[in-house]
Amino acid sequence: MSVLIIAEHDNNILKSSTLNTISAAMKLSDDINLIVLGSKIENLCKNTQSIHKVSKILKCDNEKLENFIPEIMAPIVSNIAKNYTHVLAPASTFGKNLLPRVSALLDVTQISDVIEILSENTFVRPIYAGNAISQVETNQNINLLTIRPTAFDKCEESGGEASIEEIEFLNTDTPTVFIGREVSKTDRPDLGNARVVVSGGRGMENSDNFELLYELADKLNAAVGASRAAVDSGFIGNECQVGQTGKMVAPELYIAIGISGAIQHLAGMKDSKVIVAINKDTEAPIFNVADYGLSSDLFQAIPEIIKELDLLNKIES
Amino acid sequence: MKVLVAVKRVVDYKVQIRVKADQSGVETENVKMSVNPPDENAIEEAVKLKEQGLAEETLSVTIGDEKAQDVLRTSLAMGIDRSILVKSPNSLEPLAVAKTLSKIIEKENPDLVLLGKQAIDDDANQTGQILSTLLNWPQACFISNLKIDGNKLFLSREIDEGIEKLETNLPAVLTCDLRLNTPRFASLPNIMKAKKKPLDIIDISTLGIDTNPKIKVLKVEEPPKRKAGIMVNDVKELVEKLKYEAKVI
Repeated sequence: MSVLIIAEHDNNILKSSTLNTISAAMKLSDDINLIVLGSKIENLCKNTQSIHKVSKILKCDNEKLENFIPEIMAPIVSNIAKNYTHVLAPASTFGKNLLPRVSALLDVTQISDVIEILSENTFVRPIYAGNAISQVETNQNINLLTIRPTAFDKCEESGGEASIEEIEFLNTDTPTVFIGREVSKTDRPDLGNARVVVSGGRGMENSDNFELLYELADKLNAAVGASRAAVDSGFIGNECQVGQTGKMVAPELYIAIGISGAIQHLAGMKDSKVIVAINKDTEAPIFNVADYGLSSDLFQAIPEIIKELDLLNKIES
Repeated sequence: MKVLVAVKRVVDYKVQIRVKADQSGVETENVKMSVNPPDENAIEEAVKLKEQGLAEETLSVTIGDEKAQDVLRTSLAMGIDRSILVKSPNSLEPLAVAKTLSKIIEKENPDLVLLGKQAIDDDANQTGQILSTLLNWPQACFISNLKIDGNKLFLSREIDEGIEKLETNLPAVLTCDLRLNTPRFASLPNIMKAKKKPLDIIDISTLGIDTNPKIKVLKVEEPPKRKAGIMVNDVKELVEKLKYEAKVI
């Protein structure tokens, strides 16, 4: 058995979702190859050589790959995929954009959002926003899987000695032109793999009030998340949305503030280790999944929590 | 321009689903069914393009049994001109759905195909991408903004990092995010009118495609339940619990 992983990166740094995907692949094989498609990725590939269990890096370096246009990437992947029993990509917007195209080119049905690998051909994936868990079996020659990053630990980034092999760039003409990316800059941890996530919902009322949430997040070294309602209302950017159609998170601590807890939101966070819910409405469904619930006005509660945390820090120092 | 919208009939998003006792799947009998939510955004966008004079004709397609006609009628009530039901006794995997749609597209020759970005039942997020590949048309997934000028499309897509902007040409396949627009409610007069709009039925067996599943569902289970938590009285107690009981801060 041989496993190929499609690396998610930004041409400079490997994204942690790739490390989670490698961990998933270890359940299948000790022979893991990583395909890196991008532009000016010499350093990226060198820095990736030490990753545990990766034996070979397939490098495809071309300026046309700079912006990850899936129409250009997919044929290169499908051409190589024929040498493998399994091809894995993270179930991020990157993997979701790309892997189904590979499935079309190979005429194989992809299995999306795998959370558990039971054997080489038996996989577990959530359906209906995680309200049901489906166990599926396939006997296809090539297994295409997207992996939910939060369901697998990150692999070790040291101990490996992968070789680097250049692979041929196959050009695909496409009328698609990349114009730009609006990426909000933040010093906070990445939402997808933060230890603590503080999320705000409609109850935050406006974007100015989110400043209060940012202050709390910074006290806890937390990432900031949001419900769809908060994003739709323009309080915060779409990259912060947690839920069925947003990001999946599973931190040690998830604090939901002013979030009622629609099933679509719960889908994105109910695998968190400890869940705290703060909401005025004692009937809010978020309390059904919370380990600790506090029925309180959030505009009183947040400053009080910040004060308590400060006090705690003082005692400890 | 002719716009084709693909629509899926799914368990309504407000319904708390139930796993069948024999673990064969999720109960869909006697459960409220609706248009898959992001497909409503696709319908709305097509209707808007017609209202703006950019589309001459709009067409919706679904695959399913007789009952699936109701989601097509909803699309017609929202303003789509006509519909096609591809009758299939079985539910299909995304690969087979895309192959079916590509056959319809061969016949209908639309310039633009709109789909929802994912179905809220199987959460696969594949069909649009596969369809774009089969047609060899440009793909833009998870779009939250669309402007059309002649043959040119200007798009914003929602990605994990924020927003990505692309330009491409027709014909194209786009998958719609929930933030693309606000789907309208069908008014009663429009619901009545929709009953008279054309709805053709094609049997899937006439399309000559392989629809056999490649994946076997072994079982469907309920997710593990979280154990009940507690309500704390105040912030002080909350912070203490997090510090000394849960040990997460």
